[in-house]
Amino acid sequence: MTITDTYYLVLAAVIFTIGAVGVLIRRNVLVMFMCIELMLNAVNLSFVAFAHQLNDVRGQALVFFTLVVAAAEVAVGLAIIVAIFRRRRGATADDVRMLRG
Amino acid sequence: MTAVIFFVFAALALAGALGVVLARNPVHSALFLVVTLVSVAVFFVQQQAHLLAAVQVIVYAGAIVVLFLFVIMLLGVDRQESLHDPIAHQRTAAVALGVIVLAEVLFLAGHRWATGQHATGRFVLRGGNLALGTNVVRVARVLFTDFLWPFEITAGLLVIAVVGSVVLARRSGQPVEILDADLADQVVDDGAEAAP
Repeated sequence: MTITDTYYLVLAAVIFTIGAVGVLIRRNVLVMFMCIELMLNAVNLSFVAFAHQLNDVRGQALVFFTLVVAAAEVAVGLAIIVAIFRRRRGATADDVRMLRG
Repeated sequence: MTAVIFFVFAALALAGALGVVLARNPVHSALFLVVTLVSVAVFFVQQQAHLLAAVQVIVYAGAIVVLFLFVIMLLGVDRQESLHDPIAHQRTAAVALGVIVLAEVLFLAGHRWATGQHATGRFVLRGGNLALGTNVVRVARVLFTDFLWPFEITAGLLVIAVVGSVVLARRSGQPVEILDADLADQVVDDGAEAAP
């Protein structure tokens, strides 16, 4: 059987949903971050599938920018988590529900 | 052969994704994330995106996950999180919403109109066609011509991210008034325990 691009799109959809549900049900901020990475990866996968399907390499160039944004997001996000952890003794979303130091 | 590879790594990717969400220990989540990222890199190879596959392994599995593990170890949060639910039925509602999202996204993925305009006619740009040169050459040509301005902006973005994370993670000069409340309580407790 041949694997068409729709297979990749469906797989990306499932991974994206798992990531989205993970963000909603987990309370550890680090794991929530990993779930966001999952969602970004699912979108990257669909970008590449479309690039292949449409025979246009610009989709792959866009994945490049997603990677850069993801790296910047992780750097800043982890710095924020470290800052939160220094003020409160936990790293769960409940620890920052007051949104003040 | 392609089909076998696809299904094997699709199963691995899904197992890794579920592992990230379900693992109680953050370190295990990070390791499951590596499984998913490497499987996605394999899919990139299958889709002729060789450069991105390499970058995916180096940047994601290499740098980002290591950064995650660093922070987990630094903060010492590698303990299990409680299953206590502060908002009633939050998990149930989240799973229900997830099912709805999955239905919507699958609906989109299965429809041709979701794939937009085909790259023909004037939409074929310099180096945009997959038939010209190797993958690295094509991506580089597109990146440095059509996407030159966004590419330059990412330089600014990275500088801002670096400066921002340094500012956020730096210890402030004065002795932190970190919730002296919590910390002081803890110190007092420890002292009380140690004294007798």
